[in-house]
Amino acid sequence: MKRLLAILLFAPGLALASEETYRQDRAPNDPRDLVSLQSGARTYMNYCLGCHGMQFMRYEGLKDIGLTEAQIKDNLMFTGEKVGEPIRIAFPPKEAKAWFGVTPPDLSVVARSRGADWLYTYLRVFYRDPKTVTGWNNALFPNVAMPHALWTLQGQRALEIESKKEGGHTQVEYKWSEITKGTQTAAEYDATVRDLVNFLVYVSEPHGNSRRPIGIVVLFALAIVFVFAYLLKKEYWKDVK
Amino acid sequence: MVARALSCLWQWFDSRMPSARQEWLKHAAAYYAPKNFNFWYYFGSLAGLVLIIQIVSGIFLTMNYKPDANLAFGSVEYIMRDVPGGWIIRYIHSTGASAFFIVVYLHMFRALLYGSHKAPRELVWIFGVLIYLTLMGEAFFGYLLPWGQMSYWGAQVIVNLFGTVPLIGPDLSLWIRGDYVVSDATLNRFFALHVIAFPLVLLGLVTTHLLALHDVGSNNPDGVDIKQVKGPDGHYADGIPFHPYYTVKDLVGAVVFLAIFCFVLFFVPEMGGYFLEANNFIPADPLKTPQHIAPVWYFTPFYSILRAVPPLFHSQFPGVLAMGVATMILFFLPWLDRSPVKSIRYRGRLYKSWLAAFVVVFFVLGYLGTEPTTVWGQFPFDAFFLDTKDVATWVARLCSIVYFLFFFLMPWYTARDKVQPVPARVVWEH
Repeated sequence: MKRLLAILLFAPGLALASEETYRQDRAPNDPRDLVSLQSGARTYMNYCLGCHGMQFMRYEGLKDIGLTEAQIKDNLMFTGEKVGEPIRIAFPPKEAKAWFGVTPPDLSVVARSRGADWLYTYLRVFYRDPKTVTGWNNALFPNVAMPHALWTLQGQRALEIESKKEGGHTQVEYKWSEITKGTQTAAEYDATVRDLVNFLVYVSEPHGNSRRPIGIVVLFALAIVFVFAYLLKKEYWKDVK
Repeated sequence: MVARALSCLWQWFDSRMPSARQEWLKHAAAYYAPKNFNFWYYFGSLAGLVLIIQIVSGIFLTMNYKPDANLAFGSVEYIMRDVPGGWIIRYIHSTGASAFFIVVYLHMFRALLYGSHKAPRELVWIFGVLIYLTLMGEAFFGYLLPWGQMSYWGAQVIVNLFGTVPLIGPDLSLWIRGDYVVSDATLNRFFALHVIAFPLVLLGLVTTHLLALHDVGSNNPDGVDIKQVKGPDGHYADGIPFHPYYTVKDLVGAVVFLAIFCFVLFFVPEMGGYFLEANNFIPADPLKTPQHIAPVWYFTPFYSILRAVPPLFHSQFPGVLAMGVATMILFFLPWLDRSPVKSIRYRGRLYKSWLAAFVVVFFVLGYLGTEPTTVWGQFPFDAFFLDTKDVATWVARLCSIVYFLFFFLMPWYTARDKVQPVPARVVWEH
């Protein structure tokens, strides 16, 4: 019995020890930061849209992040003709599958399935790996089919993964090294990814920004209704003896 | 002038349909309810409120939803983005689904607290259990409709459960799906069942539940029969008319409930992945099984029981049977409970302890059902009786045993419990 109890108490520790995936960083994104959203949109259209569409988002929707119709048409619309069109890709899914082994997923709601932290980490931990078909690998998503689309910005890096066993725990160490420099510094690249993730979060729930302000008004209104309902109840119940 | 016109209109109506007034009196203005209802008595009317919320928001969702395997996922996103106010309606419906179960679980727990299932309210309880089972079906069918990965694989797993039934199993699951895998055919029939068949059954059962209740009268936190003592006016001395007293009181409860509901809706609609699961934002893919399939939180206590039971002759049927018994046993509660008193206030230590243990294991089972069985790691040693080394599976087994013992031993411990004398009238401190 005592042994069982000891095991039960010890159990949560065991669970922590069995985690071996790459540690995720916190995404410092702010979906109310319009400048960041616009910068993310630009990065997306230039680097991601070749393979990844956003079929549930319309170009028109980008007006909500402070862009004019002319700006959208001139700078961001590479695939559509009318601003009312969804953000689709020209890459046929069948060919994409032949190229990469999987069809690049649509990213309309990727921030809701993966989460901002995951995306923010994932886009920053690609490394050169001669063993894969694309020549790229990822520390968070091992053997991912996607090559490093932003490598010209980040530069090329190599990674050595060492796992040591220490008293039943497996300690994994990640040693990063630079092969070539990118056009951006590490800090600039982090900011680029932050903006891109910010944009993905925005696109996954375009009305997310208006949710909270409406919620505050609704809760305030309910608070007023509560006062009247409570007084009404008190008034009626004073004769219950 | 206006008042006179209205009064004339009412008389015209009343002389042609006097039953409207009679029914109103019978079920509201002259329905005498005990005056000592407490916090736990809000959840009945709240369940009714959530039912209305779900029906109304559901009607608006069907205006833009497309029950088609190729279009369903996109149509939900269309509602979330392009339909004016669509995101609010969708979040109302998704939050409402979870709110329905929270309210119903609390309502059922109230019965366990105050013995509302006991004579003469056995039928009220049975109709209530039928409502609960119908609600589970309704939620299950509805969860397939967004056609995400969790929708798809959750449905696949649950329908496969029916496939484990000896002899008829495979044919049964084929009949439910309408195909060899969950497919467009399944989506279409689940849509039909979700938007019309089950809501109709629910409405019918709720009506029956209320009619049965109003025939025998409401129980109360003291478990005292208020019909025993009449006041000088000829009405029950401890009763008050439901309308206006409880309509205004339930109004307060409804406003508080709506505030919590709206807080979730506008600030945390995903509720940390419990109300809207992250994996359900990936469109259904019949060729890609997710690593970890978990039902939505309200099914997880039963899912845990299912997983806890080891397979017999390579069949999962014993687990399915255990899960079935875990829900069906509720029907027998009025006869399993042999206590001479109703309310927990006058019950003894045995019932209180068993009820507390039941609540704890229900939560533990519920939590474990949301996680993979490896969540608490594995035993560091080996033994012949360990068919699995997952700690969580063994904890779930222990909890499942307590779950069943709560019911199976009930005739024994409720009869043996030392109860306190019940007062003649309700306790009312004002």
